[in-house]
Amino acid sequence: MIKTTSTSGVGITLENVSKSYNSSAPAAVDNFSMNINPGEFIMLVGPSGCGKTTTMKMINRIIEPTSGKIIIDGQDVLSLNPSFLRRNIGYVIQQIGLFPHMTIAENISVVPNLLGWSKDKTADRVEELLALVELDGGSFARRYPKELSGGQQQRVGVARALAADPPVMLMDEPFGATDPITREKLQLEFLRLQESMHKTIVFVTHDFDEALKLGDRIAVLSAGSQIVQFDTPANILSNPANEYVSSFIGQGAALKSLALIDVAQAKLLPASAATSSPHSVATFDNLRTALDRVVLAGGHPVAVLDEAERVVGAIGIEEISDALGADVRNLSPEKAV
Amino acid sequence: MSGKGYDLGLIWAFLANKSEEILELTGQHIVVVIISVLIAAVMGVGAGILVWNKPTGRGFVIAVAGVILTIPSMAMLALMIPSLGLGWVPTVVALSLYSLLPIVRNTIVGLREVSPAVLESAAAMGMTPLKVMFAVQIPIAWPVILTGLRVATQLAVGIAAIAAYVAGPGMGTYIFKGLSMLGAKNALNFALTGTICVILIALVLDAFFILITRITTSRGLRD
Ligand SMILES: Nc1ncnc2c1ncn2[C@@H]1O[C@H](COP(=O)(O)OP(=O)(O)OP(=O)(O)O)[C@@H](O)[C@H]1O
Ligand SMILES: [Mg+2]
Repeated sequence: MIKTTSTSGVGITLENVSKSYNSSAPAAVDNFSMNINPGEFIMLVGPSGCGKTTTMKMINRIIEPTSGKIIIDGQDVLSLNPSFLRRNIGYVIQQIGLFPHMTIAENISVVPNLLGWSKDKTADRVEELLALVELDGGSFARRYPKELSGGQQQRVGVARALAADPPVMLMDEPFGATDPITREKLQLEFLRLQESMHKTIVFVTHDFDEALKLGDRIAVLSAGSQIVQFDTPANILSNPANEYVSSFIGQGAALKSLALIDVAQAKLLPASAATSSPHSVATFDNLRTALDRVVLAGGHPVAVLDEAERVVGAIGIEEISDALGADVRNLSPEKAV
Repeated sequence: MSGKGYDLGLIWAFLANKSEEILELTGQHIVVVIISVLIAAVMGVGAGILVWNKPTGRGFVIAVAGVILTIPSMAMLALMIPSLGLGWVPTVVALSLYSLLPIVRNTIVGLREVSPAVLESAAAMGMTPLKVMFAVQIPIAWPVILTGLRVATQLAVGIAAIAAYVAGPGMGTYIFKGLSMLGAKNALNFALTGTICVILIALVLDAFFILITRITTSRGLRD
C-alpha cells in the first residue's frame, strides 16, 4: 500500500523579503534572503518572536510580504493566485487545525477535493496516507478529530498536508505540543518519510536539538529574522559562527556531533580488540550510541556488527574521538565541554 | 381555572364546535412564524457573515437589532398601519424585525468562535475565502446559529399572538376576541384556547428545532 514514488521537492528562493506589521515597530522580517535546494530539509531556529513563523508563512502567502521576491520552482509566488498556490504546498502547524466537523478521511480529502480528484483516487490516497502515518486500522478514517489523541491528531495533520503530494512542505513547530516521547517518535517517523519523499521542507522550531536531528541545513536566526548562520548541523556544531550560535547549541556540542556520525564512518579496530563484554554496536548506529556502549563496557572497546550481525571490528574511546576530530577538525576542547 | 360561573366541561363543546377554525388559525400562526423567521434568517445570517470580523460593523448591527427588540410590539404594529396596512404584511415585517437580534448575534458569536488555527489551515490548504466560509466556518458555527434561530422562533410565536391587533393571522385572533368580549359566554373559551394553542405551537416548533439540530450537527461537534 505504501507509495514508493512521490513528487519530490522543488527549489525555493527568497530575495530581500521583508515584513513590517506596522510602520512604527521594527520589521518582523528584515531583508531575508535564502536559497533552498530541491528536496532540502531546512530548519529555521531562533528565539521566540525573532520572525521564524512570519518568514515561513510568507512562502505560501498566509502573510503577504511588505517587499521582496519569493520564487518557487522558478515561479514568482506573488504573481500566482494564493489559493491555487497553496494547493501545492503542504502546511502543518502546532495547533494542527483539523476541521472538527469532518471525519479524519474528510480532513485528509480536502486538498484532493479542491484539486478535483475522483472519489476513488481520493479514497485510495486516504487509505495510503493513513498507513503511511501509521493510523491504519482502528477505523480512524471514520472518526472525528476530537476522538483522537494529540499525537494521533498531529499525524493526521501531516497526512492531510501530504494528501495531494505537494513538492513543498511548510511546518511550524508541528511536534511542539506533544510530549517528549511522542515528539521523538513523530520526528523519527517523519524523517523516515522524508527519506523516500525528498520534499523541500521549511520547518520552524525553537528546539535546537530537533533542528540537529531533522535538518539538512539549519538557519540560526536572530531578531528581525536575521540569518546568523546557515549551514549543516555538523558544521554549525563544529564551527559556531559566534557566541549567539554557541548559546543555542548549549552544553555538549561534542556529544551532539557524535549523534550525527555513523559508526561506519569511524576507523575501526580489528575485531580481536573487542572485550568479551556483551555490549556491541551496529555499523548503522551513531557514535553517541557507540560511546554509550563503550562506557557500559567499562571504557573498553566493544564489537561492531554489520547488518547481518557479523562482527566487522571493534570501537573504543580513541576511535570515537578520532572520528569526531576528523569530522569536526575545529572542535576545540573548551567548546567540546 | 375553576372560577365561579365557568364550567370546564363547556370547553369541549366549544373546541368541537370550532375545531376547523382553530386548526386554520394554528396553521396560520405557524406559517407566519416560519416565513418571518426565514426572512430574518436570510437577513441576520447574511449580516452576520458580512460583519463578524469587523468590530464597528458588528457593533452597529447588534445595536440596531437590539434597539428594534426594545420597541413595544403594539407600537411597532401600529406604526406600520399607515404604510403597510393591515393583515399579513405588517405582521411578517414586524416578526422578521423582532427575530433579527438572536439570529444575527448568534451568527456573529458562532463565526467568531471558530478557532483561528482552523481558519488558517483552511486558507493554507487552498480554500478560497468563500469556501472557507461555507465549507468550514458556517458548518462549525452551525449549532450556535441554529440556537439563534430557535430563540428567534420562540420570540416570534409569542409576538405573533399580538399581530391580531393589526388583523394579522394566527391564534392571537382568539385571544383578542376573548379579551374584547370579557364577561360574555365564550370569552374565556376564546382566550384560553388561543393561549394554550400558542403554547403548544411554541413547544412543537421547539421540538422541531431539537430534531433539526440533532440531524444537521456533525457528530464531531457534539459534546
Ligand atoms: N499579526 C501580527 N501583528 C503584529 N505583529 C505581529 C503579528 N504576528 C507577529 N508579529 C510580531 O512579529 C514578530 C515576529 O513574530 P513571529 O510570529 O514570526 O515570531 P516567531 O519567531 O515565530 O516566534 P515564536 O517562536 O514565539 O513562535 C514578533 O515581534 C511578533 O510580535
Ligand atoms: Mg512562531
